[in-house]
Amino acid sequence: MRYLPLTQSDRTDMLKTIGVASIDDLFIDVPPSARRTGSLDLPPHQGEIEVERQLRAMAAKNLAAGDAPFFCGAGAYRHHIPASVDHLIQRSEFLTSYTPYQPEISQGTLQYLFEFQTQVAMLSGMDIANASMYDGATACAEAVLMANRATKRHKAILSGGLHPQYRAVTETTAHFAGGLVQAMAACPEGVEDLINAIDDETACVVVQTPDFFGHLRDLRPLAEAAHAKGALLVAVTTETLALGAIIPPGEMGADIFVGEGQSLGVGLNFGGPYLGLFAARAALQRQMPGRLCGETADAQGRRGYVLTLSAREQHIRREKATSNICTNSGLCCLAFTIHVTLLGEAGFTKLALLNHQSAIMLMQELTQIPGVTCLNESFFNEFTLRLPKTAAPVVEALAARGILGGVPVSRLIPDDPALANLLLVAASETNTDQDRAAFASALREALS
Amino acid sequence: MTKIFYTKDHEWIRLDGDIGAVGISNYAQEQLGDIVFVELPQPGTKTAQGDEIAVVESVKAASEIYAPVTGEITEANSALEDAPATVNEAAESDGWFFKIRLTNKAELDGLMDAGAYQSFIEGLA
Amino acid sequence: MMRQGRPTTPGTTGSETLSTFSGHRGLDHEEPLIFEQDAQGRSGVDLPAPANLPNRLGALARRQPIGLPGLSEPQVVRHFVRLSRKNYAIDSGLYPLGSCTMKHNPRLNEKLARLPGFADLHPLQPISTVQGALELISTLAHWLRALTGMPAVAMSPKAGAHGELCGLMAIRAALDARGEKRNRVLAPESAHGTNPATAAMCGFSVDPIPADARGRVDLAALKAKLGPDVAAIMVTNPNTCGLFENDIVEMAKAVHDAGGYFYCDGANFNALVGRVRPGDLGIDAMHINLHKTFSTPHGGGGPGAGPVVFSQALAPYAPLPFVVDQGGVFDLAEFSANAQGATPFGRMTAFHGQMGMFVRALSYMLSHGGDGLRQVAEDAVLNANYILASLKDEMSAPFPGPCMHECLFDDAFLKDTGVTTLDFAKAMIDEGYHPMTIYFPLVVHGAMLIEPTETESRESLDQLIYVLRNLAKAAKSGDTARFTQAPHFSPRNRLDETRAARTPVLRWRPPPP
Repeated sequence: MRYLPLTQSDRTDMLKTIGVASIDDLFIDVPPSARRTGSLDLPPHQGEIEVERQLRAMAAKNLAAGDAPFFCGAGAYRHHIPASVDHLIQRSEFLTSYTPYQPEISQGTLQYLFEFQTQVAMLSGMDIANASMYDGATACAEAVLMANRATKRHKAILSGGLHPQYRAVTETTAHFAGGLVQAMAACPEGVEDLINAIDDETACVVVQTPDFFGHLRDLRPLAEAAHAKGALLVAVTTETLALGAIIPPGEMGADIFVGEGQSLGVGLNFGGPYLGLFAARAALQRQMPGRLCGETADAQGRRGYVLTLSAREQHIRREKATSNICTNSGLCCLAFTIHVTLLGEAGFTKLALLNHQSAIMLMQELTQIPGVTCLNESFFNEFTLRLPKTAAPVVEALAARGILGGVPVSRLIPDDPALANLLLVAASETNTDQDRAAFASALREALS
Repeated sequence: MTKIFYTKDHEWIRLDGDIGAVGISNYAQEQLGDIVFVELPQPGTKTAQGDEIAVVESVKAASEIYAPVTGEITEANSALEDAPATVNEAAESDGWFFKIRLTNKAELDGLMDAGAYQSFIEGLA
Repeated sequence: MMRQGRPTTPGTTGSETLSTFSGHRGLDHEEPLIFEQDAQGRSGVDLPAPANLPNRLGALARRQPIGLPGLSEPQVVRHFVRLSRKNYAIDSGLYPLGSCTMKHNPRLNEKLARLPGFADLHPLQPISTVQGALELISTLAHWLRALTGMPAVAMSPKAGAHGELCGLMAIRAALDARGEKRNRVLAPESAHGTNPATAAMCGFSVDPIPADARGRVDLAALKAKLGPDVAAIMVTNPNTCGLFENDIVEMAKAVHDAGGYFYCDGANFNALVGRVRPGDLGIDAMHINLHKTFSTPHGGGGPGAGPVVFSQALAPYAPLPFVVDQGGVFDLAEFSANAQGATPFGRMTAFHGQMGMFVRALSYMLSHGGDGLRQVAEDAVLNANYILASLKDEMSAPFPGPCMHECLFDDAFLKDTGVTTLDFAKAMIDEGYHPMTIYFPLVVHGAMLIEPTETESRESLDQLIYVLRNLAKAAKSGDTARFTQAPHFSPRNRLDETRAARTPVLRWRPPPP
């Protein structure tokens, strides 16, 4: 077995040093009824060639996004990732290190976490950010728990424009933690009365922008209304690239920002691993979940970085911790940080603009198809179309033609006749004129 | 000379009339290490003996502070918020956490005096 | 003819104190933050010019700059390469962090996880276009069920602690279904901090179970704490002292008799894989850290993956989504309505779990096979016991062996030396090692927990043993400066964590003009 260095003679000698006769003597504490002597009903070990063959066969059964005109979003976005990102994150020293518990020999990880935290704070317009959560949905749930702690209340109001799976994760998490969640009805037009839902028991209002249907939301009136009632505003963004084009949530009065960082550096990965972004106002720093990296100095006065404010965390505070999170999305933070660093101010804003313009072109092309209308006044790189037919079979028909033509709303909100014809469509810098034309032509045919 | 009492959770309370100043013992601050943060109660808070009323954090540890007696918080030592190191430097004087108006002085009978506390911590070693 | 010779024998240099003009020290470069390398207008990507259609951003177009620095690609590459060289890694040396399982990360797994047929799939593509991805998840689930002897597995939890939450939510849902309000969870004092933190997140109060003199759960104390309000016990096995809980079957029976469930923290399943099936121990739920037992890389803190195996009693409550195998055609159950009669407690994450980790873990499993995985557990246990046997006369072990995959020492051997566990650990850095886990578990004083893993050779273990024996001797002989000033030879000396926490600086800000 290529990964196991011990030889049979090593094993024999080592057992002798230990003073036992056989390996079984080291498993002596296992109850006899639970000792398995026979082999498991699993295939034996294999070389690289055989393993690669099997997994390639599975991979070949899938239609990769890069092999099709691709227009899916709904919380996961495909962008070009510069070649140096994947090269750098595969550096042994990043890939195969643990959480930076020994800062003297983990400055590489700690410094990029500090840079990551700064980038997230800048993009979101917040004071501080943590060193990541698992993904946007779990970050959203944690934001609700944090708002409950900070306000000593326990009711969250979720916008009907919140991604339905974020809503489900938040409802599940809050329910088991003893919190209340009031979720507004899905609002494909992007209009709802959240302000009147806020009352004196409300800990937070959770609003996504761009929302699930693509609408950009002005958070300022909501922030004002929430703060007037002593509640916090939690802003959610599932497409972080949008922050290059829109007023950031912090500037609009959000108290907590959570987001999905997957679209920068991480890739689609069929849904995971992703990257939960979590930022807040400085006054809330001791209520934050997850790790925080901070600047300090070493014994010689040289600048260095450490994990800090750890007394919030499970390994110290145990049942009183702000969260149970331990492992986070470390390497995805690195991918994000490298991608955002490569882009820089000029690249980030230009990439955002490219996406926006690509979406406008796509919208104009698709809405020329008879019976197809766009529900959005405003959008970033994703919008909602109303089709003259049920959307799900249309998407299947497009896939049969080798086109990944968006996500039917019914995939995430089933059994609602009012939503059955709605199709979410996302564009990006990777789409060509030919991609758009192929999509439009296939959609036209599927609808005819 | 005002009288000082200690709890088994390493808080002290020093009485001045029916108001007592509360902090953590010198032994407790040594065990915790460098104090980095203190969460103090709001004046006006009513608390029962043994309730969690404050929190003290060091870099690698944290501890709840339990009210040594029943009463109402009259004052919090907000100077600690900017200078938590005071707890390390002067745990049993300037490093007090809050003052409390006692509602039942008889509770003090259940606490230790300085000598008893000294023997108590020697027994912990 | 070359007539100009040069000195080829090094003189004495006093290199420890020499300061350089650049601030660099040879291969170790001082590297400023990216924000300090900014030149606006510079970028590391070339993008086409956007079209110029009227924007659809309403009144919400960004007005202020973000503040990101501009760097070119070579600068970015150099920056991150220089940072990388300040990190210790399993690829560069033995990484004996107890409880963390720092084993070799095969690169085949990395290669296969990057196949576009896995990495470049959107999670909401039509099901017909992702049959191979669902097949992979289904195959991995099969391996996990076979290795644990448990009938069901939830694949979506994102890490160990997330798996714990999944398990406790299922327990809460099962109790709700029985109409019972049980609010107490029992967990040993030696538990990972995530256990009590998770229980609290799930609305349970946590009642600690003391350890006995053998470093195991005190069975009598456990039984005394059981009652009609106990929802579950949470026990790590092998436990955090590296010991198998030999009363585990009796514990399971006791908690079941009392109407509660048995959650097992499976962080240490790497000691058991192929030799012991949790399903044979009476466990109701257990998470498996794919980033520990099945070697997906730790990546400086994540990502991980924490699938949870369930007993028959809890299986119906497993969360959405799950893969349904309809005779080789795969579907995803994403809503309760299509949950095949099960009653899922809810959803833990958007989408379907850590696909990238699933590919790596399955690649690892297929490489090892059933036989190799059993050898993994045996070699991990053998290596830990070899270290224990080779060090216990010079260091001090609170519990006699045999241990499982990790061995625990306390600081008794450092008594009166003026050297603490922390100092001892920092001296290991000077010797070229990442320290072991220190001050955990909390049940022994000055704990040092060493987990070598199965991927260390005997030569590598012998070298570690040699170093630790000599360090122990040095501490006892009064060579304290070696320890209290350590580490001497790392990119940074000891860092001021007090300052970091008292005056937190959590981000860069531009210097005042």
